[in-house]
Amino acid sequence: MAEFFTISVLVATVASGVRLATPYLLAGLGETLGQRSGVLNLGVEGVMLLGGYAAYYLTFRTNTPLWGVLAGLIVGALMGVVYAFITVTLRAEQGISGIGIFLFGLGFSDLLFQRQVGTPRTIRGFGNWKVPLLGDIPRIGEMFFQHSLLIYVAFILVPLMALLINKTNFGLKVRAVGETPEAADSLGVSVARVRYATIIIANTMAGLAGAALTINLHIFQSNITNGQGFIAVALVYFGAWRPTGVMLGSLLFGLVSATVLQWRTLGIVSGAVSSLTAMAPAVITILALVVISRRVGAPTALTRPFERGH
Amino acid sequence: MAETGQVLNPRQRRAQLLARTSPIVVPLGAALLALLIGAITLVALGVSPIEGYRAMLSGAFGSRDALARTALKAMPLLLVGSGICISFRASVINIGGEGQIVAGAILATILAQALPDLPSVLLITLVLVAGAVGGGIWGAIPGYLKAYARVNEILSTIMLNIVAVQIMNFLLKDVLIDPAEIERGTRIPQTERLSTNADLPQIPGLGRIHLGVLVAVGVAVLAWFLMWRTSFGFRLRAVGHNPDASRYAGMPVKRSTVYALTLSGAMAGVAGAVLVFGSESHRFVTDGSAAGFTGSAGFNGIVAALFGGLHPLWTIPSAFLFGGLLVGANAMQRAVQVPSALIIALNGLIVVFVVSSDRVRQLITRRAQLLAPVTSARDEIMFEPPEGGEDLEGSVAGG
Repeated sequence: MAEFFTISVLVATVASGVRLATPYLLAGLGETLGQRSGVLNLGVEGVMLLGGYAAYYLTFRTNTPLWGVLAGLIVGALMGVVYAFITVTLRAEQGISGIGIFLFGLGFSDLLFQRQVGTPRTIRGFGNWKVPLLGDIPRIGEMFFQHSLLIYVAFILVPLMALLINKTNFGLKVRAVGETPEAADSLGVSVARVRYATIIIANTMAGLAGAALTINLHIFQSNITNGQGFIAVALVYFGAWRPTGVMLGSLLFGLVSATVLQWRTLGIVSGAVSSLTAMAPAVITILALVVISRRVGAPTALTRPFERGH
Repeated sequence: MAETGQVLNPRQRRAQLLARTSPIVVPLGAALLALLIGAITLVALGVSPIEGYRAMLSGAFGSRDALARTALKAMPLLLVGSGICISFRASVINIGGEGQIVAGAILATILAQALPDLPSVLLITLVLVAGAVGGGIWGAIPGYLKAYARVNEILSTIMLNIVAVQIMNFLLKDVLIDPAEIERGTRIPQTERLSTNADLPQIPGLGRIHLGVLVAVGVAVLAWFLMWRTSFGFRLRAVGHNPDASRYAGMPVKRSTVYALTLSGAMAGVAGAVLVFGSESHRFVTDGSAAGFTGSAGFNGIVAALFGGLHPLWTIPSAFLFGGLLVGANAMQRAVQVPSALIIALNGLIVVFVVSSDRVRQLITRRAQLLAPVTSARDEIMFEPPEGGEDLEGSVAGG
């Protein structure tokens, strides 16, 4: 254990934790907006897989990760339109249709990968970019300011999402629709239009999260997300439906995952015991849900389809 | 369905026929739509969909052996699906089938290793019960968390899936691993061959089909009986139908949530036991993922149950159909080199379509209601399993 508590290892672990937090954060921020408007999108995992595969494949073909990111965004947005149609227009049960989207993404991304690529091949990622001045601070710089593009994007989106929800006209409508859709509707806010918008944004960000995952790892494989999308949904509860809360949760998860990985690399845990440490994120999620769910209420209309006159 | 004796005009008759057949027609339409999208995908991949689907059909239903494989594949789907019928009917969304299967398998395996010399009948009974207990515990946890700590059961069951899989990996790599694997140094995460006394006996004349398939059908019938022929099931459905009204009527809503998830988990847990003791190797073995042991039955069971209209008896043919799809997918992979992952994607689409089509069914029913002669409207257009909605509302309001 002593070899873990050296400055260089700890700094590397934190840096890797920030990196690992990125997919959770991107997906979680989008999901926060969706849930504030009263829509639970459980398909995040599937959309991450589809967006992640699209990003991987386009980067693989063009050797330009930026095209990959674009592909991830587009696939996410398309899935958003589909999910909005299912849950808003057809008013389908959100939890179950989300599981359907998950299965679709799981199968379809695997199918395309096996047919189009087959063997695991690595792709180019974004290089690390050192932030001027901040990146030169010893240790702090290495932990937080020497990362690749998408990681900065994710963290910059935190205050932006908070502003969008709390300070804009659109955000006001989102909250109204998520708390009392009937009242919002009676004041002339189109519940359907607001929810379409939030769902499309949420899924676009899930697609981006998938892109960040595969581009940062330089690979794709079947079920590469391995539950991260579901954890991102849980992190929204964990973060009490606030972007900063979601960020703290994502960082916690990134750090826990990075620590587990580091321990395995250093041989502190090995063999069978590493299976037990691998369940840490899930156990923490459950405990966090227990603590949070008692104290903070979800948006009142969460998972409730809106129908005029009901 | 009561005859009204009233003369209906053709439009009314059509609307009512549609409303009556919609429980069957709409899901079938959803499945056909999914298969159509699958066909388009096959064309896009440069494969003849006719050839692909033919390989799939014959691989799933084309021979006695294929039918036996399909039945064996359907077995865990039916067990999970029966549980899903119970929990979803009680408005509890149990996504934890994977974890509950694993939990059942773990407890059943430990029991068989502890008492290998018990007489066969006793040991088989006990491992099935152990499976139910293991899965039941794994279902009760999210049940209690939902009822008493307001934890969203969808999230907690998904997280418990991850926990169960890692416990399985730990046990199979460490405590329960076959000593021979350590000697050889291969370290495949699997148990040694479990006691032959626990082998599920094959059913005479039915090839490889074993007791587990009968158990699955029995559990489905039990689920139906519980939900539609006992007051316990009536309360569960009432709570699922309208929790507020049920609470005012004095029904224990929280306890119902716990019961629904526990029962649902127990049935999935039995699937874990029959997967271990009905397997060809008679070992508990994994590749490190949940699907490596369960074959994703925890998710596919949801698909089967939804397709069966969340009715346990309809889930029997539905599970058989989806078992066939899964078996056929492997045959298709061999014949036309399309990864069987296609079927997972199609299953996802079927879930989405079936759930979305509730709305379509609502519209069909409403139309029939609008067109129906006033007096008999309510009797005529009941489309749920007959004991479903109507009588619930009546008695809850009266209670």
